Amino acid sequence: MFQQVMNIISLWALPLIILLILTMGLVKKLPIYEIFTEGARDGFKVSINIIPYLVAIIVAISMFRASGIIEIAEQVLSNFLSQIHVPADVLPIMIVRSLSGSAALGVFSDIANTLGPDDYATKLSAIMVGSSETTFYVLAVYFGAVGISKLRYSLIVGLLADFIGIVAAVCVCNWMFL
Amino acid sequence: MNYIFYFLIVISFIAGALNGRLSDVVGAILTGAELAVKVAFSLIGIMAFWLGMMKIAEKCGLINIIAKIIKPVTKHLFNEIPEESPAIGDIAMNFSANAFGLTNAATPIGLKAMEELQKHNIDQKSASNSMCMLLAMNTAGFQLIPATVLAVLIGIGYKNPTEIIAPTLLVTSIAFISAITLAKIFQKLWAPQTADQRAECAGGEECSNK
Repeated sequence: MFQQVMNIISLWALPLIILLILTMGLVKKLPIYEIFTEGARDGFKVSINIIPYLVAIIVAISMFRASGIIEIAEQVLSNFLSQIHVPADVLPIMIVRSLSGSAALGVFSDIANTLGPDDYATKLSAIMVGSSETTFYVLAVYFGAVGISKLRYSLIVGLLADFIGIVAAVCVCNWMFL
Repeated sequence: MNYIFYFLIVISFIAGALNGRLSDVVGAILTGAELAVKVAFSLIGIMAFWLGMMKIAEKCGLINIIAKIIKPVTKHLFNEIPEESPAIGDIAMNFSANAFGLTNAATPIGLKAMEELQKHNIDQKSASNSMCMLLAMNTAGFQLIPATVLAVLIGIGYKNPTEIIAPTLLVTSIAFISAITLAKIFQKLWAPQTADQRAECAGGEECSNK
């Protein structure tokens, strides 16, 4: 029921917002086409502004992932994690999900396809991937767009919240599916 | 950020050398740089579309109406931003788009909010408290329905994919609330921004337009 309502909202949200914006503009007798093109002009500028920040972050993260350090971290942590009922397969998701969204999704589909729908690892990784956002990417894009290079406490807050999310996912999954 | 950037790259070289994967690490520089430009370019079209739409929404007063509705909440989270600023409405739209999983709309709208916040920022090079709050909201990735994950689960024949929705919603809410709380706490602990940047600007050319 909840999901059906949400699906309908997700499907209709964009069409309704766009219609509402355009209709309100016309009702107020605004030159909507002119205003649209004027606003859209910034799209190029903003996207280009992001490039240096994205290059810095994505290159560093690509190198980090290629170096094999994530596999080493997995070996170090796997003993501890098996004690709190976290399957070793889920580990890469925990490490990678703040760094790369596509990588986390890739690992998740891999787990889902090899272990199947009834495995605990599938459920835990589904919850972990579904409840997270790629912190490093978001920081690079948002701060890059306005040219900010001193992030102050944002990265710490983002990573701490990611960590809390991982702990919460493990607890909730232990409680519901074990 | 300086240390993280340095740490990521140095660790990669060291670990790559120890694992015998140094050539992969060097190769990752090229693929990473290419990917960054691809990501930025793929944003241009959708960014232009939503920035155009949001401009109309702002001019016709829609953003103002939304801002008024959510004012009781945002007043506490973004207390440096004047109430009449379009930033508040943009932030509300960014949050809603994220909640409904409309990432393509959420990012451009969020970036527009960042530009509005930048107008009230006393130091154009460093993140204001409001920006850190908006980023906390976005990096926590609050979403009502994890659509991509559900699609994968349905694809492998998961019988009851809806059972994943409630726990995911619970976890994402915990992460979201912690992010906001942490941002509020750090706001008090961290050294405040300083408006005077002359000392740092001495060698920089970007400062001339201030």
